[in-house]
Amino acid sequence: MVQTPEAAPPTPAGEATKPPHVTIRGLSKRFDKTVIYDNFDLDIPRGELISVFGPNGCGKSTLINMIAGLVPPDAGQILFGGRRLAAINFGYVFQNYREALFPWMRAFDNIAYPLKLKNVPPAERRTRAEKLVEHLGIKLDLGLYPYQMSGGQQQLVSILRALVVEPEILFLDEPFSALDYEMTLFMREQLQRIFLETGTTTILVSHDLEEAVFLADRVLLLSRHPARVAAFTPVTAARPRTDATLSEPDFVRTKAECLAIFQREVRRP
Amino acid sequence: MRSPRAEAFLPVVGVVGLVAIWSLVTWRQWVDPVLLPSPMAMFDSLWRGMEGTLGFDFLKTVYRTAASTLIAAVIAIPLGIVLGSSERLYRSLEFVIDFFRSTPASAMFPLFLVLFGVGDETKIAVAAFGAILVILFNVAYGVMNARKTRLLAAKVMGASRWRVLFDVMLLESLPQTFVGLRNGVSLALVIIVVAEMFIGSQDGLGHSVFEAQQLFDMPRMYAAIFAAGALGYGLNLLFLLIERRFVHWSGK
Repeated sequence: MVQTPEAAPPTPAGEATKPPHVTIRGLSKRFDKTVIYDNFDLDIPRGELISVFGPNGCGKSTLINMIAGLVPPDAGQILFGGRRLAAINFGYVFQNYREALFPWMRAFDNIAYPLKLKNVPPAERRTRAEKLVEHLGIKLDLGLYPYQMSGGQQQLVSILRALVVEPEILFLDEPFSALDYEMTLFMREQLQRIFLETGTTTILVSHDLEEAVFLADRVLLLSRHPARVAAFTPVTAARPRTDATLSEPDFVRTKAECLAIFQREVRRP
Repeated sequence: MRSPRAEAFLPVVGVVGLVAIWSLVTWRQWVDPVLLPSPMAMFDSLWRGMEGTLGFDFLKTVYRTAASTLIAAVIAIPLGIVLGSSERLYRSLEFVIDFFRSTPASAMFPLFLVLFGVGDETKIAVAAFGAILVILFNVAYGVMNARKTRLLAAKVMGASRWRVLFDVMLLESLPQTFVGLRNGVSLALVIIVVAEMFIGSQDGLGHSVFEAQQLFDMPRMYAAIFAAGALGYGLNLLFLLIERRFVHWSGK
């Protein structure tokens, strides 16, 4: 059932023994007359960081929005280890942190808010949020209001808010594209650290190929719409990855490979 | 010379300038002193008046304006939230709201006189009527223009419709609600002062201005006008301070 596009690399060793975390079957979606997805199948492995990359308007964000239940698919089924979305805890980080955080709450209360929705008593909310921040070793003044923080700090608060429910999946929709380059580099490092600490299955939509490859265990390359899996390329570089990783031959080769597939897909009539 | 200290004094320049020109005009008698008394005469009348009749009239106007604004807020805020949370409902009532918002509230005096008689109720009711529409309109827009991402963020975290309404929409609409409240209280004051002049009133700043003019007591008339101006400015400032305290994120 798993789609195997012609350009797909050989499956990495050990994959067959590991059941997928997310199984997507027969997913279809159209906006007006444009078919974005038509009978789309995909398996997402557990505990990996997946970057989604592809041409503009191919439906990268639509894919994670359908998986996260923000956009209803026209047809198809998405299961998480056999369960439906309503049965699992998940976190979602928006690109626009300025509009996603609640400016009337201090950073700490923003982070703890999802626990309030789950009817966790206030004292426990506090300890759980504190524990999370401490565990991840994040240095932030959580007594500040979002508008008193830098963009990167606000996005970090968004990520913590998504993590506080101990999600089994974390979705990030172009989380760093509204930040300047310096902050982006810092945030990549933070996200990698969080991923290494928690091991949460993470799906990241990116419009920056270097970022997509740098962060990912696997890069999901989509074709132009109707989107197909053009490639699901593993990135084998060891973690933690650093600035030095960017110039390692292996990394450079993977990135070039992804770029070649991307360009082939963009030029395809 | 552009020290921050000097900058802080900039707002005073206009006030000093105005009083200086006014003093000059009355001192050189360029205008008939009966029509324009000196600033000293005005402030003297204001000072004495505030301890007596003018002070009483001032409090009456404060009471009527506050009562009408309070009534308007209590009716308009919940209604605005309901209308704003359903765009279809708002669109279907938009014309009616816009029509009455554009109708001069003073045109409603005769109708309200018939309904409520000549007492305080009429003045307060007309002012509340005007203020309701202004507040309602702003609250509804505040709710409708709640950031979509913020609503989506709450939804994706598992918030129910009611939670989204109370935890997000309500707070999102607060900055715009305060715009409505400030406009509403200003309008209420205008209507109250006019009502005090013309519909069988025995007190209030409007009555005071009108009576002083009838008696040709110009310093007292200017004093009452000044008191009305100070009240309007003070009410606006009060709402701004409340907003800054409770809606600290406004405009940020």
